[in-house]
Amino acid sequence: MTIYGAAIIAGCMFVGSFIGDALGGLMGIDANVGGVGFSMLFLILITGSDLFGKKSSAATSEGLEYWQSMYIPVVAAMTASQNVVQAVSGGVMAVLAGLIAVAVGFALLPVLNNMFKSYEVERETEVKGE
Amino acid sequence: MNAVFEVAQNIMINNGLVMSFLFIGLLMWFSTIISKYLTKGRIHSSAIAIILGLVLAYVGGVLTGGNKGIADIAAFTGVGVLGSSMLRDFTIVSTAYGASISEIKKCGIVGIISLLLGVVSAFLIGAIFAVCFGYADAVSITTIAAGTVTFVVGPVTGSALGASSPVITISIAAGVVKSIAVMVVTPFAAKRIGLTTPKAAMIYGGLMGTTSGVAAGLAATDTKLVPYGAMTATFYTGLGCLLCPTVLFWLTRLMF
Repeated sequence: MTIYGAAIIAGCMFVGSFIGDALGGLMGIDANVGGVGFSMLFLILITGSDLFGKKSSAATSEGLEYWQSMYIPVVAAMTASQNVVQAVSGGVMAVLAGLIAVAVGFALLPVLNNMFKSYEVERETEVKGE
Repeated sequence: MNAVFEVAQNIMINNGLVMSFLFIGLLMWFSTIISKYLTKGRIHSSAIAIILGLVLAYVGGVLTGGNKGIADIAAFTGVGVLGSSMLRDFTIVSTAYGASISEIKKCGIVGIISLLLGVVSAFLIGAIFAVCFGYADAVSITTIAAGTVTFVVGPVTGSALGASSPVITISIAAGVVKSIAVMVVTPFAAKRIGLTTPKAAMIYGGLMGTTSGVAAGLAATDTKLVPYGAMTATFYTGLGCLLCPTVLFWLTRLMF
């Protein structure tokens, strides 16, 4: 059934959020640490398992794919309910700090990406050398 | 005429979530048209939908004085439900279906490095601007810097350190600006900075961190990359809440 697909995602989200909240609690901070990430890992593991391959029907996959395809509309709805006025009226400092932080992030991305690339190559040549 | 308007408005209010399907459906359709005919397909329709969404959010905020964009207008409260963090996270998790576990394993270390670098660099930028604009006490500087990390970390840090309310507001604003800038700029910058592979998406998620920004930015760039970026970004706010009021505050206090 199609609902099974949605139920699997919801189940993963429950367990993942639980772990995220527990991690936050253990660290003594009022935040969910990696809840969505853990949920995603569970979903990958469950849907990649042999049992899932054997037991699930096409309708289950449709249920999963339906919510996947709703992602962009949900994001559009999310942007339409952002507090844009506050962002714009937060003053020059807030705007500048936010913008420059993003610029720095974009500048760091190719650096890290390349650093890791060379690391990967090194490891490969090491293995070959042995 | 007024009666007709009232009936229509009541339908919109009483069926909020369902009517948001209609509203967002029209928004997506309109964005596709603009993408196809005005930009000849150069700008992805999702990017246009996101920019239009932000414009609508601005209009809603100006009209109502609220903080939930268009969702503060009674007839459009359903948009707020569809775009809530609950459904956002639910659909983000769903994108993991079909993602490759080996790609994720490949970048464990660089994911952690990008998270640390992302939090520290955003904090540093925020702190520099706070000092430049005349803040001299460690609590205010740390709070504003934490807001630059994300708009959740700002108020969490601010209330932990006992920062003043205007400072917390500024910190939230900085975070919201960051998140919106990530949404808008990502699809245009993606190719130039090499944001085309799962690995790059994981680094990107760790560096940017804002879940909404990363979610929207990758949606408008390449939906296949969403699970990888979201995977690291989800640890960012937690890491920020952990580091800002503790280690980073302590370091700031050493200097001020």
